Amino acid sequence: MFWNALLLALREIRRNLLRASLTVLGIVIGVAAVITMVTLGNGATALITAQVASLGSNIVIVRPGQRMSPGQPAGWAPAFKEEDADAILDNVLAVREVAASAQRGSTVSYMTESTFTPVIGTLPNYLDVGSWKLAEGRFFHEGEQRAGRAVCVLGESVRAALFARGSPLGEKVRFRGVACEVIGVLAPKGQSALGQDQDDMLLMPLKSYQRRVAGRRSRQDVGTLLLAVREGQSTERVVREVADLMRERRGIAPNEADNFSVFDTRQISDALSSTTRVLTTLLGAVAAVSLLVGGIGIMNIMLVSVTERTREIGTRLAIGALEREVLMQFLVEAVALSSFGGLLGIALALVASFALTNLLHLPFVLDLQIMLLAFLVSAGIGVLFGFVPARRAARLDPIEALRHE
Amino acid sequence: MSTPLISLRGVTKTYGSGQAAFQALRGVSFDIAAGEFVAVMGPSGSGKSTVMNILGCLDVPSSGEYVFEGEQVERLDRTQRALLRRHCLGFVFQGFNLLARTTALENVELPLLYRGLPLAERHAQARAALALVGLTGWEHHTPAELSGGQQQRVAIARAIVTQPTLLLADEPTGNLDSERSVEIMQLLTDLNRAHGITVLMVTHEPDMAAWASRTLRFADGLVSHDSAREAAP
Repeated sequence: MFWNALLLALREIRRNLLRASLTVLGIVIGVAAVITMVTLGNGATALITAQVASLGSNIVIVRPGQRMSPGQPAGWAPAFKEEDADAILDNVLAVREVAASAQRGSTVSYMTESTFTPVIGTLPNYLDVGSWKLAEGRFFHEGEQRAGRAVCVLGESVRAALFARGSPLGEKVRFRGVACEVIGVLAPKGQSALGQDQDDMLLMPLKSYQRRVAGRRSRQDVGTLLLAVREGQSTERVVREVADLMRERRGIAPNEADNFSVFDTRQISDALSSTTRVLTTLLGAVAAVSLLVGGIGIMNIMLVSVTERTREIGTRLAIGALEREVLMQFLVEAVALSSFGGLLGIALALVASFALTNLLHLPFVLDLQIMLLAFLVSAGIGVLFGFVPARRAARLDPIEALRHE
Repeated sequence: MSTPLISLRGVTKTYGSGQAAFQALRGVSFDIAAGEFVAVMGPSGSGKSTVMNILGCLDVPSSGEYVFEGEQVERLDRTQRALLRRHCLGFVFQGFNLLARTTALENVELPLLYRGLPLAERHAQARAALALVGLTGWEHHTPAELSGGQQQRVAIARAIVTQPTLLLADEPTGNLDSERSVEIMQLLTDLNRAHGITVLMVTHEPDMAAWASRTLRFADGLVSHDSAREAAP
């Protein structure tokens, strides 16, 4: 009975191909919209995850002051000292390296060019801990750090601003009255997950920074501590242990809040992904409304079709079609239409999301689950919205139907 | 005398109720034996369409009984009546009622589809039926590509493809010119004589009724004249 109904339904669709294609347009667009939105959302999430991973996968960041959003000033919270870094390395066994750094915004100039950029004083292990690579030259070594030599490594954005042509290696850039020799350039990382230019910075030995750049009062201060966690160790445990250690060292009473923050990169990644996930769901929901509209479109056409084919239905009933066979035929017709629309929608979504992800420079992440779901939903819409017209057709009185003009 | 194919006893049909009630049939009784070719005549409103609907199992009598091959039709439900139509009855309509944009072959095989026959058998039987009505070579034409006479032949092929016991024709020549009408009547007579199909035909035209072996005249919801009764009083 089902195959008969399918055969009859397909013949019916073939008889009215143009109308059938217009009918399914709503479903096509709805399915395409849902899948495209979800694919773009997944792409955005993947991009953010990748960018956060570019910070290094097992990194814990310690900063003075509450809130982890970068760019927010530490405010009143006291800065860390270099001894804090040593204390962490000594007490928290899971920590492999600590890259302490201090920074200050400054205008950096070379010949007639100049740019405003954070000048960061740090240790030679910063390159390794922060997962940076060198594009050219070399990073400063321990001897230069201890001697407080005036050498620096440029981020790609700073290099581009100051040295449009020619290699910067060996040239001297100036800031805050210091002439500093460029010994290396970092390979670019691009924008961070929050849209910050990660390549906009100048790195120099911490000792040199403290001696020549930092103000008199904050000479011993360091800002951010970047901790590299040993392979296979839980970053969450490191976060807890470092927090306990810092509370102790900073003399915070048990009932007082932390005046520093410790977080790992996974936490940033989670926070950002949950934001994009909410957005994806929202956009998907809006798109799903168009699926509903598409379903109503199918119901509308099926109702018109039942009225238009009243005589035909009468003939079918007269020559011995059962009520349930007519019901089945119309139901299968609606489901065939909507499933076909679903398939077309998936094809359209593949093209659209491939084009859009390319255009928006997002990774193209295929989600087979959402495609299967969209297909099933569109078939379900056929059942849901095809039932009323099909029942109307099946319940027709053959005599009345045959008399219908 | 053997049991008749069809037997109507005191059949009435009332539409509506109360003040607005209209009695279309007021106690109709007649028998039809297998192999007869009966013409049903009468002015509009005389009840002949109602009786055709009842005979075609599309409608049930308000009272009285209708026995078809020993089956009490008024006791059957909608589905059972549909099955009776599927297996024993063939319908030919005035307006042909072919499916548009569907080939002659597909139109003719439609009743076989509802019988659940496999494709090869469906096609073979449909081709045979089309050959019987003289439409060999027109299998893949759609109704729009066929003349009125040819369309009615396709409709007749569709009605006989299941080899029904009874063929009900509702003004089969109503939409055709006289030449085509004669062809159709010739065809129905052949089917009746050569294939033993009982034919019941509603018609307005005495010319067409003359082809039948018996004429039933209706007036005011009753049989006013039965040529069979006249011949053998």
